[in-house]
Amino acid sequence: MKSLEELKALREQMQSKMNVRKDDNETIRVVVGMATCGIAAGARPVLNAFMEEVNKRGLKNVQVTQTGCIGVCRLEPIVEVFVPGQEKVTYVKMNAEKVPAIVAQHIVNKQVVTDYTIGAAE
Amino acid sequence: MNFVRAHVLVCTGTGCSSAGADGIISAFEEQLKKNGLDEEVRVVKTGCLGLCAKGPNVVVYPEGVYYNYVSAEDVPEIVEEHLLKGRPVTRLIHGDAEDASKATNLTDTAFYKDQVRIALRNCGVINPEDIDEYIAYDGYAALAKVLTEMTPQQVIDEIKASGLKGRGGAGFPTGLKWQFAANSPGPVKYACCNADEGDPGAFMDRSVLEGDPHSVLEAMTIAGYAIGATEGYIYVRAEYPIAVERLKKALEQSHEYGFLGKNIFGTDFSFDIGIRLGSGAFVCGEETALMVSIEGKRGEPRCRPPYPAVKGLFGKPTILNNVETYANVCWIINHGAEAYAALGTEGSKGTKVFALGGKINNTGLVEIPMGTPLRQIIEEIGGGVPNGKKFKAVQTGGPSGACIPASQIDVPIDYENLTRIGAMMGSGGMIVLDEDDCMVDIAKFFLQFTVDESCGKCSPCRIGIKRMYDILDRITAGQGTLEDLDTLEELAAHIKGNALCGLGQTAPNPVLSTLKNFKDEYVAHVVEKRCPAGSCKALLNYTIDPAKCKGCSACSRVCPADAISGVVRSPFVIDQSKCIKCGSCMEKCKFGAISKG
Ligand SMILES: Cc1cc2nc3c(=O)[nH]c(=O)nc-3n(C[C@H](O)[C@H](O)[C@H](O)COP(=O)(O)O)c2cc1C
Ligand code: SF4
Ligand code: SF4
Ligand code: SF4
Ligand code: FES
Ligand code: FES
Repeated sequence: MKSLEELKALREQMQSKMNVRKDDNETIRVVVGMATCGIAAGARPVLNAFMEEVNKRGLKNVQVTQTGCIGVCRLEPIVEVFVPGQEKVTYVKMNAEKVPAIVAQHIVNKQVVTDYTIGAAE
Repeated sequence: MNFVRAHVLVCTGTGCSSAGADGIISAFEEQLKKNGLDEEVRVVKTGCLGLCAKGPNVVVYPEGVYYNYVSAEDVPEIVEEHLLKGRPVTRLIHGDAEDASKATNLTDTAFYKDQVRIALRNCGVINPEDIDEYIAYDGYAALAKVLTEMTPQQVIDEIKASGLKGRGGAGFPTGLKWQFAANSPGPVKYACCNADEGDPGAFMDRSVLEGDPHSVLEAMTIAGYAIGATEGYIYVRAEYPIAVERLKKALEQSHEYGFLGKNIFGTDFSFDIGIRLGSGAFVCGEETALMVSIEGKRGEPRCRPPYPAVKGLFGKPTILNNVETYANVCWIINHGAEAYAALGTEGSKGTKVFALGGKINNTGLVEIPMGTPLRQIIEEIGGGVPNGKKFKAVQTGGPSGACIPASQIDVPIDYENLTRIGAMMGSGGMIVLDEDDCMVDIAKFFLQFTVDESCGKCSPCRIGIKRMYDILDRITAGQGTLEDLDTLEELAAHIKGNALCGLGQTAPNPVLSTLKNFKDEYVAHVVEKRCPAGSCKALLNYTIDPAKCKGCSACSRVCPADAISGVVRSPFVIDQSKCIKCGSCMEKCKFGAISKG
């Protein structure tokens, strides 16, 4: 390590790996309902697809995590997206095919994919 | 590279390691594999989280759910329920949160929420054995900044402006100490670290070394640059094997990355650090003794002046700072002296780490801003005194320290206030005492320690403290006199004024402060031959109240000394000449007929 730049580059690379431990208000959180009914309805492939997509795009400041019962079993798999400074958005009847659109439009460009939301389903 | 969605941090500090952390780590690895989660969930070793008594401790991120008392048998449930299905295992979640049923974040617990972690900032957060994780949390950024943007004098000025004082006990301003050493002429100087940590019950320094060793190495290198040294030593006690091992690993990694060695960051500054192991003599924590011990000689203090800043290790200008002192340095460089000085009080800036122990619910390590009232430490962070007992005092500063009585519970903890009420900060041991603790006995406990640890070089300490100990021993045996109390004060004054080093000079403190604050307890021992706390066995009498005794004979059956006799259904009596004061009978009596006093 001979220069400041080298150190800075390594720090940034490491920070993206340690994002999981961050508790701040810049992090976008994608939360997949993984209770028994969620898993039965196919939540696992949805979780996998989110991880894959975020990884592929090398997105920083995004956490993908699981939660238990969200409360509306008939609309499972359910995914909640928390963008700092915006209201929570709930996507329902999710499958792996819907994931790339949500990542591209909502997480990257901050445009909610209205068609997939709970509002559209109700 | 896979996307990792969760980190399971397992504490591998001394406390949790001895409670079985290694088994927890392998259980997690096995269960994650079994559930096909091993690619997306990482298990990470980390340093002390503070609540060592409740270990093994585990934190699961990103939620920050804090699990206590985790056993290998609990791991399958955590993996399947929490990591797969997203349902935290509530029965293992740390319980002091308002609503334990919801998955509480570590930082929301009563134990953590009022803490401000600077010296401990990376403990329980990063993997101490991985320099890359340290770098992710701004590691070596301070060193880079210092070497490329600041002159040595600017570094010293920054530390001065922060108001940082030595955390090893004496509280000497760190910037000033560096200035003296910088001003001393000469091409060879040393920047050393005191990791001897001899106070019984203290483990602040150990936790920093185990949880964040690089922060100490980086700070020592900065100190070296500031004073013009090219070499340093860490003097660490051999009884800290995990700390020593992590330091060695950290040194290796730091060399590999070029943060130690020649031409650091391409500048012409070079620095290297060696580890020296101490064999655990308390007196070797004293600075002059420590340095001769590093030189390979017998660890005995010498007279000062000359001070180490002028003539220290191998006769060269040297600074010696405590582990916790160093642990603050990089934070100050990165965040600025002003940010540090904004914490704390007028005369005491920043934070202090305390090892909270004794009669308190949350025993462990806490870091609080200077000026935090004692009440908040005891009642909120510490979770109060267990079993509904009454808080009596805290003892701070260990064998050189003093006690703060319950009447002073609202005192803000900083250097000035503690000195004002006749107590002291010390290195950060904080032992909570309740109504069952006898203050004479506590003083005796610490004197016993200093008698054992005195190096014997000077007579006020070697003989004087032993005499004081003998007097306390007499008092707790019920053979003291009122004159003894005067003799104690007289001896104390003489020893304080004439002992050669800090060990002897401060050894009378526990006696003086208990005499000052709890004189009535001493008087009760010598005049009434009574121990008000009911702790000095020689002064205890167990008696049966005939009015309450139902004659059930339960007590006589448990008495190991056959001291209780009586006829069933009429009052029993205790033969004081046979009673060995074990207390079993009192515990057994269902009718509260037996009392001690
Ligand atoms: C008997 C005795 C034992 C000491 N033990 C320690 C110790 O274990 N750790 C420590 O940092 N300082 C200890 N000190 C204080 C050191 O002499 C010295 O003041 C300190 O290391 C300076 O560092 P600081 O300015 O960063 O506090 C001890 C002092 C005495 C008199
Ligand atoms: S005061 Fe005690 S420990 Fe210090 S030099 Fe004298 S005898 Fe040794
Ligand atoms: S146990 Fe209590 S009530 Fe029973 S004989 Fe002993 S003192 Fe009396
Ligand atoms: S205190 Fe112990 S020895 Fe004494 S009377 Fe009670 S049971 Fe017997
Ligand atoms: S279990 Fe699926 S929403 Fe409740
Ligand atoms: S050693 Fe694990 S919490 Fe302190």
